[in-house]
Amino acid sequence: MPEPLEVSYQELKHLVSERALQGDTVLLNMGPQHPSTHGVLRLLLELDGEVIINCVPDIGFLHTGIEKNMESKRWEMAEVMTDRTDYLNTTGNNLAYCLALERLIELDVPPRAQAVRVILVELERISNHLVWLGTHALDLAAMSMFLYCFRERESILDIKEMCSGQRMMTTYFRPGGLWRDIPSEFEIAVRRFIRMFPSRIKQYDALLEKNPLFMDRTQNIGKLSKEDAINLSVTGPVLRGSGVAYDLRKAQPYSGYEQYDFDIPTGTHGDVYDRYLVRMEEMRQSLRIIQQALDKLPYGPFRSNNRKYVPPPRAELGTSMEAVIHHFKLWTEGFIIPKGAVYQPVESPKGELGYYVESSGGNKPYRIHMRTPSFVHLQALPFMCKGHLVADLVGIIGSVDIVLGDCDR
Amino acid sequence: MAEEHLKLTLKALKDRFGLQESLLMKYPPALEAEPEKIVEICQVLRDEYEFDFLCELTAVDYWPEAEPRFNVIYGFYSHANNVRMMLRVSLNGDHPTLHTLEGVYRGANWHERELWDMFGINFEGHSDLRRILMSQDWEGHPLRKDYPLGYEEPQFSFNYDEIDQRKHHARYEEA
Repeated sequence: MPEPLEVSYQELKHLVSERALQGDTVLLNMGPQHPSTHGVLRLLLELDGEVIINCVPDIGFLHTGIEKNMESKRWEMAEVMTDRTDYLNTTGNNLAYCLALERLIELDVPPRAQAVRVILVELERISNHLVWLGTHALDLAAMSMFLYCFRERESILDIKEMCSGQRMMTTYFRPGGLWRDIPSEFEIAVRRFIRMFPSRIKQYDALLEKNPLFMDRTQNIGKLSKEDAINLSVTGPVLRGSGVAYDLRKAQPYSGYEQYDFDIPTGTHGDVYDRYLVRMEEMRQSLRIIQQALDKLPYGPFRSNNRKYVPPPRAELGTSMEAVIHHFKLWTEGFIIPKGAVYQPVESPKGELGYYVESSGGNKPYRIHMRTPSFVHLQALPFMCKGHLVADLVGIIGSVDIVLGDCDR
Repeated sequence: MAEEHLKLTLKALKDRFGLQESLLMKYPPALEAEPEKIVEICQVLRDEYEFDFLCELTAVDYWPEAEPRFNVIYGFYSHANNVRMMLRVSLNGDHPTLHTLEGVYRGANWHERELWDMFGINFEGHSDLRRILMSQDWEGHPLRKDYPLGYEEPQFSFNYDEIDQRKHHARYEEA
């Protein structure tokens, strides 16, 4: 029987500097209930006056064992859990999971489904960046931004609800396509949104971009050099803010991203302000992608015709015995994926979201690991905030854009 | 261009370290490596073949079907050549130990802590090998296949004492 582990002073001593042991510096606990840590993140800060010497993130407060849970669920049931990791990017998580399965079983996805996936994921990217912008500005004491951002986010949630019946946890993408076709009002609603939104981005920029208070608190704060960022496995807007034009949508396109024309914004200084600029530009680029995808949205089936993995249409059940058998098999034992493993990365709004999926030849996943951007980026947080004031730390956390559900899984 | 670089790298690694191609991985291509050589291989990958980015580090537990029990999976990406590859390392069940990759990729730190936490894989030379997601006094390593998924353990007459001793906090008198 293993003895309960006792954490001793000796074991934790290496986390702080020598000066802390002399009583020269102050140890301060920030979180896990601090509003500006964006969830339940706990930071142990070592301070010299107001300057941060050391920052030790402590995570795991939101750990719900999703990876372990998925191993006991069938493939299609496990997908429901992917929404619950990053709750600001739910369709993006579905997409990564579906793409991984589709790669494993070489399942085709019709062009219409691919285009709808792109539209929804890009809308989700805008919605994620809106939450980021609202909370980031709120942390830096720009109160009204929060209200504007959540107003616009609401119309995106409405579009998601229109498609899937859910505002947030949609599970709308299924292996082989979509759960159901988009409704006829979808196109009108999305077009209304992309007509309205550019002027709103202008409003946000007018409020923040040249605002001296905002610039003072973000420029030259939380710098991360190109080399450090790559060595720390940082991706997404944080990496692009440091000047590396790495975007999986361009580098290794999936779901038909190669058909769309868009730019990858990059920063030069790698500070909080550059990450702000990168994300604002990304919203404009997302609008461009949505516009193109809508303009050439193809007609046709919305999910694959491979009945071993994709359920038959409801109408066929009355006339075809085969359809009944497939339906019965899919609803009683699910589908079986042959032995194999795959690592599928996608560009989530926060960075590279990778799903490592392994099957042992059964109807349940053998192992699923999510390489989540928040987890990796939090690791880089101590490198960004050394030498800055405690007040700046709040801005730096905001600029990294973490979701603790994504981090702790 | 990119594909050629990948082929070249895979071939060079196979020749130099005697690695085998992994048949399990569908994407990206993976090689099976020896646990002792992992740091050396990664050093070569980063410095000579421009795989400067550690994109994935995880493990799989094959208990009780297969021996060696664990597979640790490293994923690499090359920013210069836009290609991906993976390494798989098999590890024995009793005292699974690897050398840390922190010296090559600093981003490996938390991933290795997660593996220690979830699988009990020990990383030699790691700067801060503590549990990361579970609490510090947690017993067991949850993602191992012999770790039960949830539920109370049923306490029968034959295992009453054992569970009673382990979960004395749940004892009736103390409540």
